[in-house]
Amino acid sequence: MAFPPIFPPATAGAEFLTGSPYPVAVLDPAGGLRHASPAARRLLAPPADPQHGDATAGPVPAWLRRAHLRLAGGGRTGVVRHSDPLAGTVEAHPSPQADGSVVWWFVGADGCSAVLPGTAGGGPCDWELLTRLSGLLLSSLNVDRILETAARQAALHLADAAVVVSPPRGRTLRFVSALGGGDPVHRQVRADPAEVPGLAEALRGFPPVPSRWIDPSATPDWLVPEGLGRVGSVVVTPLPGHGVPAGALVLLRGAAGGGFDADEEVFARMFAARAGAAVSAAVMYSDQASVTDLLMRELLPPRLAHLNGVDFAGGYRASVDRDRIGGDFYDVHPSAEPDGEALALLGDVSGKGLEAAVMTGKVRNTLHALLPLADDHQRVLQLLNRALLTSHHTRFASLVLASVRREGERVRVRLSAAGHPAPMVVRADGRVTPSSTLGSIVGVLPEATTRTDTVLLDPGEACVLYSDGITEARGGPTGREQFGDHRLQQALGECAGMPAEAIVERVQMLASQWIRDGRHDDMAVMVIAAPPRGHLALVGGRPGRAA
Amino acid sequence: MSAQQTAAPARLPVPVPSPADLTDRLWTAVLAGDQTAAAALAVGALESGLAPEALLLDVIAPLQARIGREWAADRISVVQEHAATAVTDRVVGVLAGHPAFAPAVPARGRVTVACVDGEWHAFPARLLAEVLTLRGWRVDYLGAQCPTPHLIAHLHRTAPDALALSASLAARLPAAHAAITAAQAAGVPVIAGGAAFGADGRYAYLLGADAWAADARSAADRLAGGLPAPASPHLPVDDLPHLVDQEYTLVSRSSRQLVAAVLAALEREFPPVRNYTELQREHTLDDLGHIVEYLAVALYTGDPALFADFLAWTGEVLAARSVPDAFLAFSLRVLADELRDLPRSVAVLTAARQPSDLGSPS
Repeated sequence: MAFPPIFPPATAGAEFLTGSPYPVAVLDPAGGLRHASPAARRLLAPPADPQHGDATAGPVPAWLRRAHLRLAGGGRTGVVRHSDPLAGTVEAHPSPQADGSVVWWFVGADGCSAVLPGTAGGGPCDWELLTRLSGLLLSSLNVDRILETAARQAALHLADAAVVVSPPRGRTLRFVSALGGGDPVHRQVRADPAEVPGLAEALRGFPPVPSRWIDPSATPDWLVPEGLGRVGSVVVTPLPGHGVPAGALVLLRGAAGGGFDADEEVFARMFAARAGAAVSAAVMYSDQASVTDLLMRELLPPRLAHLNGVDFAGGYRASVDRDRIGGDFYDVHPSAEPDGEALALLGDVSGKGLEAAVMTGKVRNTLHALLPLADDHQRVLQLLNRALLTSHHTRFASLVLASVRREGERVRVRLSAAGHPAPMVVRADGRVTPSSTLGSIVGVLPEATTRTDTVLLDPGEACVLYSDGITEARGGPTGREQFGDHRLQQALGECAGMPAEAIVERVQMLASQWIRDGRHDDMAVMVIAAPPRGHLALVGGRPGRAA
Repeated sequence: MSAQQTAAPARLPVPVPSPADLTDRLWTAVLAGDQTAAAALAVGALESGLAPEALLLDVIAPLQARIGREWAADRISVVQEHAATAVTDRVVGVLAGHPAFAPAVPARGRVTVACVDGEWHAFPARLLAEVLTLRGWRVDYLGAQCPTPHLIAHLHRTAPDALALSASLAARLPAAHAAITAAQAAGVPVIAGGAAFGADGRYAYLLGADAWAADARSAADRLAGGLPAPASPHLPVDDLPHLVDQEYTLVSRSSRQLVAAVLAALEREFPPVRNYTELQREHTLDDLGHIVEYLAVALYTGDPALFADFLAWTGEVLAARSVPDAFLAFSLRVLADELRDLPRSVAVLTAARQPSDLGSPS
């Protein structure tokens, strides 16, 4: 120990003092020292050089004891100033406790840096380093990355080698180890953490345990990173995980490296606290992210391609760019029979964001269940209407149903709109006409009605389904103008003969350029195209797009 | 990758043509929208022994570059450009499903390939994704215009060895900067590529990218060597200290007002502008919007040459549309007057007008 034994160690309930960024001490009513942070012990310790004062003074220096007793005697004592040979001018701020003891906080002009750990030599303990390491640890939300950072930095700055052990799952123990200056390595072993004294307790995460020295000869081989050689000293420190077990940090030094002094232990603990916070945040984030991903997978728009001689392509942009889902939806259901009609649909649920997306899931599921009735659009819409009316949601939806069948080299599309913008038909010569289909919205009125329109597409012609997020997108030169049907028609007129996905991309691009950075609603577009002659059928065909 | 070809490929009895020859033939097929012919050519070359990577980079990449060149030279329309790109994209899809496109063993690490937020030119990124897949990388291809929040969430979830970031238009550089710093903060090194970063990669380095590559092949080579983990996190403004003057923010935020002011001035000065049709007005507003956008990017990067280069290019485009040169010079003068309190903006506008000595700011 670097400090005289007359100072009581930080005892139970006062461990937090060790991490205090300022020196702090607790004095009992009689003026005896009850607890002190390491920095406060330094500040209050008699100077080593007798020239600078009375080396025989008690554990609490006279200036502080005087102020303390004045306070205990009912006197009004505010801030006490003291000139310390090491720390310079120090202000002592009292906060009296109910039991008569007083917590004294010491504030120096420069934050008492002279008595805080490690500033003297700039060695392994310094605040600048700790700040930098905290930045590295907190910047990632990926658990493996953080474990690697923790192992790499600990091996570089705190010891010759470091191992970060994750809480065990089953009988497998996973850890990341690093040698000073080397790259971290992930490993896993079938081992019992109890083989390493203190490790099992540290991994449990609760109750908190102090860091613990262990006998180097008791260290199992799997724990020692390759290349370290004979182990001189080992210390196991828990990573405090805020309710989530975060793991443990094992620091190792070679036989020549010597032990860890008290300052280094304090620094290691502060490092471990930050690493633990980073790991637990990342664990929570990745748990949440995987739940979100799982739920979202069902709500994401499907990838469309070629189906029974018809090209389908779709594109979607959620109103909130952070989200990938929203109130618009589209689907293509192939027919059960090879020559049957495929059912394509595109729609829009009132509202936006996650709630609307959940509703689109219900609508899509309902329509999926109604597939056997798909040749009767009127009936499908009526049943969907009834389902929406009887659900506890107050939301409603608009949509277009399209039954699609290839006939020779043409494609027949039966379109039924329900409160939705009528699809546009793009002819080979560049003419663009809206379909004549018209119908009422679903989920509001007791009955849903629609008028179906049948369109025949020659090769190279297309039918474009879209949500009003496209035509009502506000932007343009003034920032307030709507994109409008006429701009969409004009854009589609130039798209005659283009592949389905190129039309989708073109529409999406023009709408995005129109709104620029402005706010916008969900935007969905789907193209049903009769393949041009000389067409290439393609199923899927994008490299590993992330789920 | 589950691409498959259902149309029967044409047989090629002749020896495999040279890459340049093949590019020529593909060009004809792609421009005609003849997907079957294009795919048959590509698959034929593959089956007569052309290496997949060479097919992608020595045949299809030049083809795509040619599509871009022809569009810039106004020999094909933007719609034709889209259609042609869609055809090449399908051809690549067919190729990717071909047995010859087996990934190399042993497997390498994991890479994310993405386009900058707002960037629609996804094809270069797609080619890189295919090349990296061929070389044994596990590739997450996020496609065109990937919103930065998605990208960063993806990086946190998957912790790839590197992010390959693609941008074609210099207007996307501020968004690229945001993505680069955020990825590095998440501990992922970034290799940047695409025309936006400059022919020598100067903007990639300016924005703090860990590496830059001129094309897909050198990007793959650079990644094979491994990118070191990024240094400690930094803020975007650390790279570009001149941003503290807020000129970029002020100009980009008032872009619409600036454009409106310039159009109003044009109408006052040039009678024909007053009689513009709706469509002509929209085109003019578009052109002016781009001028302000590139002015803002020049302010962001602190590089007046970026604006001058853009103007030189715009000058040619406008000349092709027979828009008088005087319009451009006049517009710059109006902008300089509107922005007279912003010294860097005035300097950029002045520098851009210097070469042809178009007059002094009012």
